[in-house]
Amino acid sequence: MERRTRRGDRSWPVPFRSSNGRRPRVRKVHNAGDFIFRNITRIFAILVFSLVFVMAYEMYMGSGLTLQKFGWSFLWTETWDPVQGTFGALPFIYGTVVSSLIALIISLPLSLGVAIFLSELAPRWLEQPLSFLVELLAAIPSIVYGLWGIFVMVPWLRVSVQPLLKKYFGTLPLFQGPAYGFSMLAAGVILAIMILPIITSISRDVLKAIPTLQREAALGLGATRWETTKLILMGARSGILGATLLGFGRAIGETMAVTMVIGNRPEIAASLFSPATSMASVIANEFAEATTDLYTDALIEVALILFGVTIILNILARLIVWSTTRRFAAT
Amino acid sequence: MEHNEEVCGNMKPGHDSTYFWRKAKNSAMLIFSFVCVLLAVTPLILIFVYTLRQGIGSLNLDFFLQMPKPVGESGGGMDNAIVGTGILIGLGALFGLPVGILAGIYLAEFGHTAFGSLVRFFTDVLSGVPSIVVGVVAYVLVVLPMKHFSALAGGVALAILMIPTVTRTTEEMMKLVPQSFREAGLALGIPRWKTTMRIVFPTALTGITTGILLAIARAAGETAPLLFTALGNRFWSTSIFNPMASLTVFIFDYAKAPFEDWNRQAWAASFVLILLIFLLSLIFRLATRRQYEQH
Repeated sequence: MERRTRRGDRSWPVPFRSSNGRRPRVRKVHNAGDFIFRNITRIFAILVFSLVFVMAYEMYMGSGLTLQKFGWSFLWTETWDPVQGTFGALPFIYGTVVSSLIALIISLPLSLGVAIFLSELAPRWLEQPLSFLVELLAAIPSIVYGLWGIFVMVPWLRVSVQPLLKKYFGTLPLFQGPAYGFSMLAAGVILAIMILPIITSISRDVLKAIPTLQREAALGLGATRWETTKLILMGARSGILGATLLGFGRAIGETMAVTMVIGNRPEIAASLFSPATSMASVIANEFAEATTDLYTDALIEVALILFGVTIILNILARLIVWSTTRRFAAT
Repeated sequence: MEHNEEVCGNMKPGHDSTYFWRKAKNSAMLIFSFVCVLLAVTPLILIFVYTLRQGIGSLNLDFFLQMPKPVGESGGGMDNAIVGTGILIGLGALFGLPVGILAGIYLAEFGHTAFGSLVRFFTDVLSGVPSIVVGVVAYVLVVLPMKHFSALAGGVALAILMIPTVTRTTEEMMKLVPQSFREAGLALGIPRWKTTMRIVFPTALTGITTGILLAIARAAGETAPLLFTALGNRFWSTSIFNPMASLTVFIFDYAKAPFEDWNRQAWAASFVLILLIFLLSLIFRLATRRQYEQH
């Protein structure tokens, strides 16, 4: 969470300015302890900074065999056959993208509603505990979501939701086939629950960054609460886009809960009711049992793709969120 | 602009029906937003209540004091996994905390440069890297050279996952310490490093500690990075060079298993995890709130 009031604090180290505005000539005090301390902490800062690059390098080197053998075609080959030694990541990429999209479609309106409620409508006494509840939702380990998914959500989907969808939208290819429960749909729903907190909390921060003056101006002109909120939303739209991208990135990388409910079948099917698989879950399921070097390298390359996509999404999203909150912090 | 015209136009007398619709729409959207809140909080309550109910029913002393029984036999517990999770997060903290705290101190005290912003940015990006990817990196870094799975590799993975949280918490908490504390120290002729370590850092310590506890609790709930680093172990082992059991990997294995008793134990383990994490989140929340109020 950003604290904007502190962000602009540039007074440390204390800047020296004399009355004529120039830097006064001060004898620089060289303190060996300061020098050492500053540089030790700097080394660790560099270490943290370089971690991302080290990770990328290690995975690039680790997936040498498949990079060499399959090249770019790894991305659009549909066969995943460890016995024959043919590897293509398309079913996994497809599963990841589709399940994350389902999650986003369900989660985005909900999160926006919650963010609006928290930042615009809720009284103070309600806002704090509600924010805390939403944060708790983010704190539940992925594996617990998965466990709940297996024993509560999947049976519920199979018995109540899927027959209903079939009855009313059964003509669409999306909702056809037998209802196993373990499916792309299940993965999407559990992901929706899991990414709700992150989209909510960032959207709320962005909405809160917009000056109160704008709300007062709109209300003063006679706009209703909702019309005011609409204006505020327009102002915050790029920040909300950033929050959405971050949520998407989170969904793409989510592993355990998805692995436990998606059904793990490396096929591309049109129906959301059929079992699928995702990049994260194929790594989770097969890595420890990968027998040949080529197999391991293929899985490392899947991890590399996952890493690349999430890094790009994160960089984009953070830049967007930063630029919007900063713009309003300046005013 | 068009909004303003619309608003003013509708305010004129004789447009009562438009005004009515605007008010109706307003109420509808307010209700929608409240319904969203209800829908969002429902799964939390459902999961929490269900885990609570299943967990309390399945928790017993055996769970904490017994070893896992062989496949097919019921009873037994997860004492090796509890100790294993402890050792794994201990290793993670050992590797991760010094790096995170020192980097955080750098960002708070010297991080007003362009390089500081860059580090801050990449720390945030690092926190978005999926935990399974971190597991793969730990595999390449530690398991491949050692040629076998080990608790050490799991510790490295957890350390990488902890670092962003620890770094950012340390930075935020140290920035909350009033500037006058630093100025007072410098005015007394204390070198800056000593001012930082003896005045600023101790003042921020409460917040940093609770932040670290939260990071550790999160790490205790991680499964994906342990699957092929620490692997899991059905036997008692405290050697960090051997595969090690952990609560989360046990939950994963037991959840998939077709034995009722194993499923029960998975719920018990989840309950213990959730309780741990919720308690620490609450403590963190209370501790940081006091900090805000102080300054």
